[in-house]
Amino acid sequence: MNTTNNFLIAAFLITVVHIPASTNAQQVQKAENGVYLLTNATLHTITHGTYVGHILLRDGKIADISKNSITEASAKVIDCTNKHIYPGMIDSGSKLGLVEIDAVSVTNDFSELGDFIPHMKALTAVNPNAVAIPVTRVNGVTTVFVKPEGSIFSGTGAMIDLFGYTPEQMSCGSERLVMRFPSTGRRGRFDRRSEDDIKKDAEKSLKNINEIWESALSYARIDSAAKAENQKWITNNPQMEALKPVVYGTQPLFIEVNAKADIESALQWISEKKIKAVLMGVAEGWRVADKIVKAKIPVITGPVLSTPRRDNDRFDAPYSNAGKMAKAGIKVALRTDGAENTRNLPFNAAFAATYGMGKDEALKAITIYPAEIFGIADKYGSLDKGKTANLFVATGDPFEMKTKIEKLFIRGWDIPLESRQTLLNDEFLNRTPGIK
Amino acid sequence: MKKYFCIILSICAGLLQAQNLLIKNGYVMTITQGNKENMDILVTNGKISLIQNNIPSPQGYTVIDATGKYVIPGIIDAHSHIALEVVNEATNPVTAEVNVGDALDPLDVAIYRALAGGVTISHAMHGSANVIGGQCETIKHRYGAVNPDELRMQGAPRTIKFALGENPIRTHGEGNRITPSTRMGVEQVFRDAFTGAQIYQKDWDDYKKGLRKTSPEYSLRNETLVDILKGNILVHCHSYRADEILMLMKVLKDYGVSKICFQHVNEGFKVAPELAAFGASASVFADWWAYKFEVYYSTAYNASILTRNGVVTSINSDSEELIRHLYHEAAKTQRYGDLSDDEALALITINPAKQLGIDHRVGSLEVGKDADIAIFSEHPLSVYTIPQVTIVDGQVRFDIKNDPDDMRMDINPTEKFSSFYETEKDHESSGCLKGVAEMLMEDNYTRYMRFKYSQNHSHE
Repeated sequence: MNTTNNFLIAAFLITVVHIPASTNAQQVQKAENGVYLLTNATLHTITHGTYVGHILLRDGKIADISKNSITEASAKVIDCTNKHIYPGMIDSGSKLGLVEIDAVSVTNDFSELGDFIPHMKALTAVNPNAVAIPVTRVNGVTTVFVKPEGSIFSGTGAMIDLFGYTPEQMSCGSERLVMRFPSTGRRGRFDRRSEDDIKKDAEKSLKNINEIWESALSYARIDSAAKAENQKWITNNPQMEALKPVVYGTQPLFIEVNAKADIESALQWISEKKIKAVLMGVAEGWRVADKIVKAKIPVITGPVLSTPRRDNDRFDAPYSNAGKMAKAGIKVALRTDGAENTRNLPFNAAFAATYGMGKDEALKAITIYPAEIFGIADKYGSLDKGKTANLFVATGDPFEMKTKIEKLFIRGWDIPLESRQTLLNDEFLNRTPGIK
Repeated sequence: MKKYFCIILSICAGLLQAQNLLIKNGYVMTITQGNKENMDILVTNGKISLIQNNIPSPQGYTVIDATGKYVIPGIIDAHSHIALEVVNEATNPVTAEVNVGDALDPLDVAIYRALAGGVTISHAMHGSANVIGGQCETIKHRYGAVNPDELRMQGAPRTIKFALGENPIRTHGEGNRITPSTRMGVEQVFRDAFTGAQIYQKDWDDYKKGLRKTSPEYSLRNETLVDILKGNILVHCHSYRADEILMLMKVLKDYGVSKICFQHVNEGFKVAPELAAFGASASVFADWWAYKFEVYYSTAYNASILTRNGVVTSINSDSEELIRHLYHEAAKTQRYGDLSDDEALALITINPAKQLGIDHRVGSLEVGKDADIAIFSEHPLSVYTIPQVTIVDGQVRFDIKNDPDDMRMDINPTEKFSSFYETEKDHESSGCLKGVAEMLMEDNYTRYMRFKYSQNHSHE
């Protein structure tokens, strides 16, 4: 009796599930994987010029790219005549996926407690299903360095592709230690410390960092001695463990620093400690560009669309900073330093381009330069054979407002150009019922 | 100090002198009467006196060569908080009696930065802490003036700020434990205030008719509310969610108020047909969302959906940052929604003018209108454009060819250099919840730093 009932219920459920599926055509659009041949496009390769040609995507990679025609029987051919193909844009600093709603603190996962927390991993807290991720990628932004904020050693940020269902799937394999250099700037209008107090606080903070650094060096010495003698050394010190790649010099330290005097102190500190480094923020980089060039340190700056940091600065100081540094010879990558509006990366780059950086350099600042800075240029940042198939097809210049992104590939997956924001448009543009 | 003083003097001397102008040979985008190539504009006594080809240069007129450049009406921001000393009188859910016009700051360098983005007029608004906040001031960006009165746009209609949703709820319900602590409470605060104003008016009417021996107690708050009910003050209401927008339209209908501009109105797209039927207008962000829960279900297509549904729509800044590139914000409606050039430019010119009740004077390039004009290097909706010259009432207030780095008028003599600010001023703290925001909206890190410094430096 029981079995029969269960069977009937099961049969009923199946029917119920099947009816709407077969009568309602509307379904969730999913990404598709396959072999794609994009033909007759203007290819903006970044590394080897711009030309009309063809590009073959297979197994998540650019299998071929050429001016001459490519034949591949198994490929789905997409005619891109009069269209432009660019490599996916890379944002070198954002909180995308680490925060869902800014003012709702329980959805904020970018700032852990404590001053010395280099072992915190942003990748752990990335929400692959954050609503802002599709909103971002439909503008051609495929890859983002998501980073923790706050404290002195804030943790590691991670470069992720904006497609995947787990953080590991999204990871590009580049996690980098992030540090906030002691600041002599004010934290906001509420910060009413005297100039002396500000200086003292910064000095105290730097002393603290130097003490941590001494410990890190000792830790590394013990660690390498233990390794040399093939001893198993068990210790519970995840902070010191996390600093090792920087202490050993296998990875650069990503240092957030903005005011002129602080950039100078940071450069001195880097040279004293003899470490590899990348400067982030660098709002006043234009004031000390010569010193940064001399130190041969690359820079990640942005947002470009921001207000001047001093009241006596020119109105366009944040617009022109990237261009001035680039012209001085610094390798400059750009970031939005945002979260939900990481989609504005191309427009930040465009403003930098307009105010002195030039289009080509601005494009490099969101493609090949970040790939180089984060050590993934063998896989990212340009349209080259063998690289990850992250690219988009556009009707024109992706910086221009009227341009539409018509196709998007991430790791060779054909990604639907859909987000909650486009779906709301689809539903409400001609709302039914309307007023009645 | 001496150097700064010279700068101030040069601004005053160079800019305050009355100018008659001839803008030569530009691509003139009138907004209301189409685009005209190789066109001249004559500016006499602060007004546009002629728009025509090849106007011969009259004696005593300064000529501005606009060859190859784009000439548009000065951009109007229907929602801003620049040039204000204070923004929120967050002491009561109803503070109709206060007026931000009493707290104008003509020395705010943000005015100059707005001019450098082609913006000639902004609506300096009270904040959003209260259900019925203070009255607002429509200002002209006459940077260089030191008298606050010189910022006012004389003759512009009175406006007042209302606010729905999280901000009044958090300020009063959560903060002070008084109504409203829900959107239900917000509705009743309006009804209570308006009914009280009706009774107040009747008491005075009775007194004037001799039906009452003693005069009622004078209340500036009620006087202002009565003026709202009479339609003498335009309502601009901070709002986000569809339900609260519908609520306010119902309340206004019940009390016979017909003119309303919804501000922010992130979910306006959901009730666009209702907004159009009421005759309400909308002033929105191009793409801001997700900074708080009530803007989570937003879309950057909002402006275009509203426009397509016949709602008079503008794009505003509510920010010292966005106000510098409203032309770029307007252009986003071409990425998200395919608005035409004319439609997109209307969002920052004639439409905000309509919302402020000043469209007969500004918002388009027409003979007889105020000479508020912005000149751009490229098409103003192109991301590669650079504002060149901004003119307010025939006065050149920004000229990129004569643009000193330091344009401050307000200098702190105790500082060796102007302070460097580490964190950028974010949306709510420079906008609607200024003052209140620092307590309510700050991020974890700022909260932590504030705590730290308030502990270390409690003696201050």
